[in-house]
Amino acid sequence: MQHCLRTIKIIISLVMAYYANPLKAQDSLLDQLESQVQPMDEWVMGTFKGTRLINGHTIETRGEGNLDFMISHRFGRINSGAYNFFGLDEANIRLGLEYAFTDRLTVGVGRNSFQKVYDGFAKYRLLKQQTGAKQVPISMTLYSSMAVNTFKRPELPMTFERRLSYAHQLLLARKFTEGLSLQLMPSYVHQNLVPTNMDKNDLFAVGLGGRLKLTNRTSLNMEYYYRVAPNENDGFYNVVALGFDIETGGHVFQLHLTNAQSMTETGFIPSTTGNFWDGDIHFGFNISRSFQLKKNEKQAW
Amino acid sequence: MKGLIMTLLLWTMTLPTVGQSYRTAVCELSFFSNAPLEDIKANNKEAIGVFNAATGDIALVVQIRGFQFAKSLMQEHFNENFMESEEFPRATFEGKVKKFDMEKSGSQNVDVSGDMTIHGVKKPMDISGRFEVRNGIVFMDAVFPIRLEDHDIEIPQILFKKIAEEVEVTVHFELKKD
Repeated sequence: MQHCLRTIKIIISLVMAYYANPLKAQDSLLDQLESQVQPMDEWVMGTFKGTRLINGHTIETRGEGNLDFMISHRFGRINSGAYNFFGLDEANIRLGLEYAFTDRLTVGVGRNSFQKVYDGFAKYRLLKQQTGAKQVPISMTLYSSMAVNTFKRPELPMTFERRLSYAHQLLLARKFTEGLSLQLMPSYVHQNLVPTNMDKNDLFAVGLGGRLKLTNRTSLNMEYYYRVAPNENDGFYNVVALGFDIETGGHVFQLHLTNAQSMTETGFIPSTTGNFWDGDIHFGFNISRSFQLKKNEKQAW
Repeated sequence: MKGLIMTLLLWTMTLPTVGQSYRTAVCELSFFSNAPLEDIKANNKEAIGVFNAATGDIALVVQIRGFQFAKSLMQEHFNENFMESEEFPRATFEGKVKKFDMEKSGSQNVDVSGDMTIHGVKKPMDISGRFEVRNGIVFMDAVFPIRLEDHDIEIPQILFKKIAEEVEVTVHFELKKD
């Protein structure tokens, strides 16, 4: 009995000694270290490559001090035939500048050749999807824009108020996997001037969009806006768009096919004249170039 | 009684090694890429390391997300396109410091050899650095190159003039007794 007890004591002491020294444990030094790494605040990056999905905006905002210069084109309708070189003879252009005052707030202006529209917008990132130490399932961005249509209409007594229209959107997105991101865009558009006094000035629409990442630098995008109870027989269509993104360093090239000609929310949500399914499709592209005007302060030690 | 003595004996045998374990109090890394069109630098403090002064074993874990760039878009591309940090969130090093003297004052040149894992690709690596023990704190400093190709980090042709094929990594550790 005495002997047995002693043996047990020795075994226990051996076991204790073994575990007392972590360096003698079977796990390597690295394995132990890996288990001690503190989780960081991991913001989900690159839900979309660009600040535009196709026609409309994505939840993405650029980092503080970033200036984006955007050049966008929408050519004529592909079904206009070979004589018009499938629409390429005709082009609408939007030139835009947008500056990120903070990581969350971006303000931009643009000029569209279509209807000679000047537009301005503010975009605020309310929520950033996050994993790691803190979990936030979605990203949320508030988008608000105003457009001034300066097209000359001598047949109408045009006042400045009549030329204005507004669009407000709540952009909700989630990067489900590295390859798949989806975005939902409840939208409200108000146009001060509508074709007849029977028409409503307000329009609600719900947009749905997504991205399928093909490689690290390319993706396939789609975007659709459903107009909720639009004016009857107004001759307008829901906007549909398919796109392909190529990102190279500071540039994002977006090539797309869409039934919209306008490149502002106040235009393409309520007043898209093309029927996508009839082939009223415009080829178009957005090119953005980023310039970092202010350096990130976190970088300095 | 014998068992108790054994226990004490074993405890005392193992204690010195426990006492030789050092942990990073300061861990700073940076890399520098020098290419014709652009110089890129990023700093990282999200790293931890341990060093065993009895055996010379050293291990290091770096969180890729911790690299801070001057341009936020560049930081995004670094994580998204090059390091693929979602899939490979950490870089690690495990190796041995050779021929160091804990008793010697002043800076010593030491060689470290081990395995570096970046972007999920493990490569054996030999690094020479400086080692110093001052007031019980172990200081380690090293500058060494890493070839992106060695770790399957691809650079598209269009960016060749902006990103160097070999980046220079600078590390500075201050390790205190655990």
